[in-house]
Amino acid sequence: MSGSSHMASEAGPLTTAADPAALTSATGVARQQRTVEVDSHTINFGPQHPAAHGVLRLILEMNGEVVERADPHIGLLHRGTEKLMEYKTYLQAMPYMDRLDYVSPMCMEHSYVLAVERLLRIEDQVPERARVIRTMFAEITRILNHLLNVTTYALDCGAITPSLWGFEQREHLLEFYEAAGGSHYHVNYFRAGGVSRDIPRSLEDRIGNWCRQFPKFVDDLEALLTENRIFKQRTVDIGVMTAEQAMAWGFSGPCLRASGCAWDLRKSQPYEIYDQLEFDIPVGRHGDCYDRYLVRIQEMRQSVRIIEQCLARLKPGPVKILDNKIAPPKRAEMKRSMEALIHHFKLYSEGYHVPEGATYTVTEAPKGEFGVYLVADGTNRPYRCKIRAPGFAHLQAMEVLSKGHMLADAVAIIGSLDIVFGEIDR
Amino acid sequence: MNDFLTSPAGVLAITVAQTLALLVPVLIAVAYLTYAERKVLAAMQLRKGPNVVGPFGLLQPFADAIKMLMKETIIPSGANRLLFIFAPMLTFMLAMLAWAVIPVNDGWAIADINVGILYLFAISSLGVYGIIIAGWASNSKYAFLGALRSAAQMVSYEVSMGFVIVTVLLCVGSLNLSAIVRAQETVWFFIPLFPMFIIFFVSTLAETNRAPFDLPEGESEIVAGFFVEYSSMSFALFFLGEYANMILMSALTTILFLGGWLPPVQMEPFTWIPGPVWFALKICLCLFTFIWVRATFPRYRYDQLMRLGWKVFLPFSLVWLVLTAAVLKLTGWLPA
Repeated sequence: MSGSSHMASEAGPLTTAADPAALTSATGVARQQRTVEVDSHTINFGPQHPAAHGVLRLILEMNGEVVERADPHIGLLHRGTEKLMEYKTYLQAMPYMDRLDYVSPMCMEHSYVLAVERLLRIEDQVPERARVIRTMFAEITRILNHLLNVTTYALDCGAITPSLWGFEQREHLLEFYEAAGGSHYHVNYFRAGGVSRDIPRSLEDRIGNWCRQFPKFVDDLEALLTENRIFKQRTVDIGVMTAEQAMAWGFSGPCLRASGCAWDLRKSQPYEIYDQLEFDIPVGRHGDCYDRYLVRIQEMRQSVRIIEQCLARLKPGPVKILDNKIAPPKRAEMKRSMEALIHHFKLYSEGYHVPEGATYTVTEAPKGEFGVYLVADGTNRPYRCKIRAPGFAHLQAMEVLSKGHMLADAVAIIGSLDIVFGEIDR
Repeated sequence: MNDFLTSPAGVLAITVAQTLALLVPVLIAVAYLTYAERKVLAAMQLRKGPNVVGPFGLLQPFADAIKMLMKETIIPSGANRLLFIFAPMLTFMLAMLAWAVIPVNDGWAIADINVGILYLFAISSLGVYGIIIAGWASNSKYAFLGALRSAAQMVSYEVSMGFVIVTVLLCVGSLNLSAIVRAQETVWFFIPLFPMFIIFFVSTLAETNRAPFDLPEGESEIVAGFFVEYSSMSFALFFLGEYANMILMSALTTILFLGGWLPPVQMEPFTWIPGPVWFALKICLCLFTFIWVRATFPRYRYDQLMRLGWKVFLPFSLVWLVLTAAVLKLTGWLPA
């Protein structure tokens, strides 16, 4: 705009100097000198936008198709989870965790369960079988999450087929959920001290069979995307985040690893049985959308490896802690033992009391570092439960990532960040 | 009787009859193209597609049409009412108008005019107006972005399409569509002009706003693009127009490169099958490819699409045009 105003001011003196009679048209010259400021326009992207991944409301300031400013608005899915949990017993608070990141429910439970166990000081008493089952389902959940993310991310880039292929695989995994916890989605399966019930006998074989066919599916998926020129054009060098930047913005999980930082809580501070398992941490190099995609694809392959190792480690045994003050007694026992009946009644009415203390317990959720800061005051209810959601940190980088890119890139970036509003808004 | 046929009223009656004879099948084809697209996509995506309305879901297009008719036409308060309603009509009309010159068989064209290909080109260029008007009249940012994208896209791909067509015309020596088909009796043009055939096909994808060039309606970016504010029949007209254009462009590809109504080999069993059937089969082949591409590829970004059009297709088609002309001249194959 400065260019045109410059020209106008040049034209002004020229006309007056050339022809004194033109002085009468001085007002006309003045009118010419007014420049029109072309405003960037704002676009209200979401919350009903198909690529908004839930209820993201993104205010995009655009210059034509180029994003100048991206302002993510949150809070449209705020349910007050943290506050509600303060009014529930530790057991009753469990289902809220499923509903945080509803794409990876069991991983959300995992952090909470580990935190409660730590406060109860029963980490060492959790039976081996329960640990293996929990690890296995955490990895199944990781695949569930990455499947949804990678395929819908492709959908955001305009490829419609991967998402429908992915849903079939997800359906198999959700059937495992159902077999284990009785529910397809919000399973509420993990418990402080183990899992709510043992997995059915046939499930091991089913998971094993699934593990054998899944790498083939990942190959097919990759055939559609990984070397596809259009997909690469859409994602390579889009939304680049250096390792330093990523750490400064609080990135974690695949988004951090894509930037070249080999940080995975399963390796750096192992929980459950991860220290006994063999798996690799895929790390990207460029920190762009394409690397984030590749890291997730590789993580799925690694998760299959972990699941297979877990299956090999599954030995018969109890699946929850034997202390009936924390885990309910067997139903058969309740028919015989008065004490068992009392335990059952107390557990499901009053719940267990957690000794005073505080813990920040983190797990490597599919989206990144998912932490639960749990403060116990010795009663049967959490005094405070602060949830650290990885998606929140990722979303705040939307602005730096998408600045100067085009509208279509902003969509790809949202997809690559793997945003789920359940955990961001809480 | 003969007097009637040559009288103005008779000519009009014949034209109307011819038009109906062509347009009714075209509209039915459009209806079943939507069905076929959903079925083919479903098969590629491991699902079933429409299978409830009628046997194998065959009545689904009619159910959709009835649904569309029943819906309320919503006109946004900020919209320019006249243009808002006019735009889908224009799109649909243009999509239908173009069929006037398409020869379904030898001599089976409503208007077998000598500038057939120019007429087609002109009509398809006008198609962009429907989109621009819709995007502008909607008074919505998403629609406006869609309209802008569409305008840029259609203009840039028409240029390279133009060169491809000129190459074909050089080989034929006529702008008449029937003559173009007849010129392919020895060999279909897609064999000698294979790279041009590919460019033309990709350009038709862009021209009809189909994946991977469906930027004007890029669902994940600008929701539905230029028709985001449309509902009921005004939306349906866009929809019908788009699919009619797909069929039209496939017909054009068939005429220019795949030998129109001609059988693959001029031999006994093939020549038994009437020309229109061959014509329809070839169109189906093109349409299947349209759908196949949609199921396979992600979407281009706006600037990438422009780059492909101007920096890849345009120079390439220009070079091939010159090359073709040179070869024709040097070998003396240039038609008189």
